[in-house]
Amino acid sequence: MIAELGHFSLIAALVLSLMGLVVPSVGIRRGDTRLMALADPIVFSQFLLVSVAFGALTYAYITSDFSVLNVVANSHTAKPMLYKISGVWGNHEGSLMLWALILSLFAAAVAFRGTALPLRFRARVLSVQSALLLGFLLFIIFTSNPFLRLDPAPLEGNGLNPLLQDPGLAFHPPMLYVGYVGLSVVFSFAVAALIEGEVTPLWARWVRPWTLAAWVFLTAGIALGSWWAYYELGWGGWWFWDPVENASFMPWLAAGALLHSSIVVEKRDALKSWTILLAIVAFSLSLLGTFLVRSGVLTSVHAFAVDPDRGVFILAFLALVVGGSLTLFAWRAPRLSPSGLFSLVSRESALVLNNILLSTFAAVVLVGTLYPLALEAVNGNQITVGPPFFEYATIVLMSPLVVALGFGPLLAWKRGRINRALQILLPAVIVSLVVFWAVIWESAGGIMMTGFGAALAIWLMASVLLEINDRTGFLKKPSRFLKRARSVPRATWGMSFAHFGLGIIILGITVSEAWTEEALRLMKLGDSHRVGAYDFTLEKVAPHAGPNYTAVRAEFLVEKNGQFVARLSPEDRVYADPPMNTTEAGIYSLFVGDLYAVIGESTGKGVWSVRLYFKPFISGLWLGSAFMVVGGLISLSDRRQRIGVPAGRRRRQAQPLTTEA
Amino acid sequence: MAGGLKTRKQQRLVVVGTALTALIGAVLLILFALGGDSLSLFMQPSTVVEKKIAPGQRFRLGGLVKDGSFKRLDDGLTYAFAVTDCAVDIRVHYRGIMPDLFREGQGVVTEGRLDETGLFTADTVLAKHDENYAAPGTMPKNPEACEHPEAATEAVS
Repeated sequence: MIAELGHFSLIAALVLSLMGLVVPSVGIRRGDTRLMALADPIVFSQFLLVSVAFGALTYAYITSDFSVLNVVANSHTAKPMLYKISGVWGNHEGSLMLWALILSLFAAAVAFRGTALPLRFRARVLSVQSALLLGFLLFIIFTSNPFLRLDPAPLEGNGLNPLLQDPGLAFHPPMLYVGYVGLSVVFSFAVAALIEGEVTPLWARWVRPWTLAAWVFLTAGIALGSWWAYYELGWGGWWFWDPVENASFMPWLAAGALLHSSIVVEKRDALKSWTILLAIVAFSLSLLGTFLVRSGVLTSVHAFAVDPDRGVFILAFLALVVGGSLTLFAWRAPRLSPSGLFSLVSRESALVLNNILLSTFAAVVLVGTLYPLALEAVNGNQITVGPPFFEYATIVLMSPLVVALGFGPLLAWKRGRINRALQILLPAVIVSLVVFWAVIWESAGGIMMTGFGAALAIWLMASVLLEINDRTGFLKKPSRFLKRARSVPRATWGMSFAHFGLGIIILGITVSEAWTEEALRLMKLGDSHRVGAYDFTLEKVAPHAGPNYTAVRAEFLVEKNGQFVARLSPEDRVYADPPMNTTEAGIYSLFVGDLYAVIGESTGKGVWSVRLYFKPFISGLWLGSAFMVVGGLISLSDRRQRIGVPAGRRRRQAQPLTTEA
Repeated sequence: MAGGLKTRKQQRLVVVGTALTALIGAVLLILFALGGDSLSLFMQPSTVVEKKIAPGQRFRLGGLVKDGSFKRLDDGLTYAFAVTDCAVDIRVHYRGIMPDLFREGQGVVTEGRLDETGLFTADTVLAKHDENYAAPGTMPKNPEACEHPEAATEAVS
């Protein structure tokens, strides 16, 4: 009964999304404000109905209603509650439901918070948003319906892939989806602006918080996924340039670029068409990412054809959204009013460089991800594009970005002075050069790239600190620091946090890649082995029972020079439904690095294969990500206070469209 | 360096120029890298034999882990198994801890090199994660030939 209620709500939501697309558009065409205003209640009702549908599905999962096919395929009575709930989005149908839910939530949020927007513009945005929801609901109802019944109902379900039964992965998809879908709002704003034919600083002011929120969630989602891979896959890797990961990385890069370019639109009324294009591209990459992961196309081009309905629908939807919006862009963008001028050395130029590099990087990742698919479709050869390709791209494209990043915030708008920036940054130059030479010297030139990476990281962090000092006069007058710090806008603090976080991440990657120590050993109880400066002793191996698994749990004592450091308890779990092993690494984070132990199989006679690591400063990855997220949130809190203030002051009349290219 | 960009045209020229440089650089990078080591072919055992892959060339080998082929060598850390597509088998050695998804009769992706005797030494055994359990691209082209119906059905859904 509950499932039918969900099913029914889903269909009702579909009808409403069609209305949401048509009614405001007709209203705008006729100039009928009442029809335009109807967009708000329609969007609220969509949200309500999709929530009911999602709630019904969740209810089916919580109560283990095995008359619903989707629940049978992905759930099990013995699962802990958290994973019964996260199982809802741990599969194709459910994850699309989550998408639709967040999509309608964001549309409702625009309607709710957007009362300061001109009615006509808001109606446009909401009709685009409704169109997206319409596409998703059609896809769900016709090809991926989660409410299909199964008769007779089985007594037990198949269970959720045990690898996914993990707190890190329970929250990873919702985070990413909020990020993806947050970009849909930006997309709708861009399309609406193109149709209306004007992009104003006010438009950018509206778009920026959404971009920022999307970016924050993407950052957190990606970091969470990477952290999960680190401790769950059992060999200490955290990023594999797997297409699934790239699918989330590309929108993140595009969102990062958009974040910066919309500042230029807001502050200087420049880069308008580019920002619009970027908004379209960022959301297109989100869609592409979702479908890449969800369609099975990555498994193999041939697997894609296993379910032709889904494949064809996905391609058609992508073509419509991406192709349609790009066509609209080509048609309308030339009519946008021209941008303001700026000098070669200026804040604008630095941000343009940021945009060029970030979007080129996204394009390269896209090529590397899609190339194997294209090749397989053309001549049937299956290849993979490995990490070296992406690592090259990262180094070549991101190094100039990081170098420029030190200067950017110190340059003035319109016309900056590079000499002044250099003067301020001189200590950073010196420190990073010293670090570079120290690393090269220490390793006798053996690890050139490490020296380079460490120097970049130090340069970035030092330049952020120097810039803060310049802004607050900390070294000149420490007593007045607090007062002056408070007068610095929060958005600026947010920027410093995020940039500093990037520095920490680079340092973490560089140091852990260069100096990780690992050992693969057979160990008996009482055996000791030294990894780095640490002695790992296998003290105990004992069975351990969890709610829906049994495990072998080992205990390692870790000592340094005979002093107790930590105790690690890695597990090798065996899940019953579905039958599968998972590794739970034992990890202990010290400031200097992570101690990491994995227990493998027994070779009999109380001998176990174990893998031990010392990974220096790897927590920098997650610490840095946290800095970025916090930076984003700080900046976001700034927006909220200022939003709408300039609405009356800076809004311009709709200008007659100019034809300047 | 400090250029006074007087007109929109000049400004556009510089921006477009930089963008083109970055793009050309990226294209060169792609061509350069895709010609080199970072590409690895992904093949099932039959294809490896068909193409007469030379020893020492790095590639990815995918297929099913042959039933009954899995064993541990005497050093306790090296595993031996055979990857099959139900037409051809290839022997594989791997030193390390097996990933969680590894199981006889299930799909596996390994990366490494063949030696002169036809033994494939893998340095990586990949555990792919998605809700469908099967590692991508490991299904034999003619699954009927295998006696692993359980593996064949799990790839769908």
